[in-house]
Amino acid sequence: MKYVDEFRDGTLARGLAARIAAEVQPGHRYQFMEFCGGHTHAISRYGIAELLPPAVRMIHGPGCPVCVLPIGRIDQAIGVALDRGAIVCTYGDTMRVPASRSLSLTQAKAQGGDIRMVYSAADALKVARAQPGREVVFFAIGFETTTPPTALVIRQAAQERLANFSVLCCHVLTPSAITYILESPEVRRYGAVPIDGFVGPAHVSIVIGSRPYEHFAAVYRKPVVIAGFEPLDVMQAVLMLVRQVNEGRAEAENQFLRAVTREGNLAAQRVVQQVFEVRECFEWRGLGEVPFSALKIRSEYAGFDAERRFGLVYAPVPDHKQCECGAILRGVKRPTDCKLFGNVCTPENPVGSCMVSSEGACAAHYAYGRFRDAREGREAA
Amino acid sequence: MAAKRGYVRPLDLKRGRVDMNHGAGGRAAMQLIDEVFVRAFDNEFLRQGNDGASLPVPPELLQGGRLVMACDGHVVSPLFFAGGDLGCLAVHGTVNDVAMLGARPLWLAASFILEEGFALADLKRLVDSMAAAAREAGVAVVTGDTKVVEQGKGDGCFIATTGVGVVARGVDVGGANARPGDVLLLSGPIGEHGVAVLSTRESLEFETEVRSDTAALHGLVATMLAAAPAGAVHVLRDPTRGGLGTTLNEIARQSGVGMLIEEATIPVQPQVEAACELLGLDVLYIANEGKLVAAVAPEAGAAVLAAMRAHPCGAQAAQIGRVVADEHRFVQMDTRFGGRRIVDWLSGEPLPRIC
Repeated sequence: MKYVDEFRDGTLARGLAARIAAEVQPGHRYQFMEFCGGHTHAISRYGIAELLPPAVRMIHGPGCPVCVLPIGRIDQAIGVALDRGAIVCTYGDTMRVPASRSLSLTQAKAQGGDIRMVYSAADALKVARAQPGREVVFFAIGFETTTPPTALVIRQAAQERLANFSVLCCHVLTPSAITYILESPEVRRYGAVPIDGFVGPAHVSIVIGSRPYEHFAAVYRKPVVIAGFEPLDVMQAVLMLVRQVNEGRAEAENQFLRAVTREGNLAAQRVVQQVFEVRECFEWRGLGEVPFSALKIRSEYAGFDAERRFGLVYAPVPDHKQCECGAILRGVKRPTDCKLFGNVCTPENPVGSCMVSSEGACAAHYAYGRFRDAREGREAA
Repeated sequence: MAAKRGYVRPLDLKRGRVDMNHGAGGRAAMQLIDEVFVRAFDNEFLRQGNDGASLPVPPELLQGGRLVMACDGHVVSPLFFAGGDLGCLAVHGTVNDVAMLGARPLWLAASFILEEGFALADLKRLVDSMAAAAREAGVAVVTGDTKVVEQGKGDGCFIATTGVGVVARGVDVGGANARPGDVLLLSGPIGEHGVAVLSTRESLEFETEVRSDTAALHGLVATMLAAAPAGAVHVLRDPTRGGLGTTLNEIARQSGVGMLIEEATIPVQPQVEAACELLGLDVLYIANEGKLVAAVAPEAGAAVLAAMRAHPCGAQAAQIGRVVADEHRFVQMDTRFGGRRIVDWLSGEPLPRIC
């Protein structure tokens, strides 16, 4: 397939793998966090870990929009559907995230909730137009990639004066999450999570540009390489990170030049600005309360804010006691360090959020990488 | 003008709709059966007019063969899609389940659950398509049943079919028979049925020329069995719902083996690949309705593959990997990119990714 196969070429991959192996210096450590779930998915799906030398370790970061969604927010969406009788529209990934009372949106649907999977925010708007007698709520999740479409539908709904449409806004911000990880005690004080660099977001960066990463590359002395979601993109980014580490540089570099500019998509940024403002605090599953890390709907568009419209109060819900999603999302632990991994917690019955989406660290390892544990087990024995 | 004696006004197959009377077992039900079902499926067994079919003993049974039976409920939305419809699917699905045991399919029983208000024109289209598929496959629909449910309690039309077939003596094909060393053969490109159906879904509508691969595979199976020494074809299975990835895992579990496949050898049409790429779906988990995967003793692999390629249903057949010994029963894949990963069971519905 043109414009896709070029980025998945096995011969080029072997060449890049050889170059990375040759440039990795003995005694140096190369632990890189890929922030985005899209990268986690690519690494797992194409078997990239197998192509990297042992000195390079990839840590799966918290950039899976489904994984960081806290239980309390899903409870809100379920409540709006079951208790208020609203039609709740959401992206497919969100449907299976475990929430309180052993429910998920899928199970709430089975209990009679009118919960519909949509492929875009615009489809939710269509549902609202078609069902003027019913409340229609778009459960909006995701990073900066999915934020502009949500902003557009809110603006559109305002123009059309749609009285039955609102948005439960759970959009989160990438730069604040990365900063938060770097500020976490494990990383900063104890040095328990040595992160030597970041593979920066792909689609998120198309919207926000490469500029926001320059600040923390400099302040935290961590190299960042923004990379596309294709496997060769990831390999090339790893090579660029290895070179930065070797040369003692900490810069924000852009491997994804074919799509990301320094300023990003200004038109998208404008519409987001117009409709949303920064929340002072937002709970992330696994990270806890992260200041200035999410968006809420501006008061000009209050009528389209499901939280205001239904008077929703946020009630945080703790994760399962033994669930290690939090530590895994911060890179402190690996999926296999969790007692629940692969036995109590599986993709069929996820306990923690990292097991839900194929972008989650646990689900990706379970679905694609488990054979390596078996092999390592044999070697250790 | 006086009406002709004995005249019964025929069903309005252009504008008429299914109503509750059609399921009540009275005259209306009889008329629907006669004018739609019996007319399309016509055969000596159905003509007996009984609630069941009285069937002769097939010759294979007298020679030490076995009887096989399979049943499959068919629900698909939309009912009509590029390359097929619910009607032919209801024939192919069950014929293939019978064929995957190495059997020659003979007879089908069909149960129709109709929703009140369903257009008779659509029903006729489905039944005619079903009859054509059965004729082409050389199987007879020998008995059936019709029920009508109230509006809102069905999705237009559901068709459940049961198939009966015979396996010749000496043929032993089953999901538990894969052995380490067996070669894995796939009969052609995957993902076409799933993509064809997805592309016509109301919420997704995208333009594509992909057509469902729905087809009866017992002819291909017979060719394969004939090309191999007795007992060399160990496993046959059609990767329908859950796709190739799930089917390989089923076989691995049943047989207590692992598998190692090579991504680059799996045939996929470019349009199917593009649609999956766009929707964030993995083609390994997309449904097929006219493909099979086989585990064959290594020494017979080349002959069976050649026979498959000579058959219209297997023109693009390929060897995609091998069965290996593995206590974990993992299905592993060497990726086109050069890495290796697990091909796991599908969990839940395949959902498009958002990021």
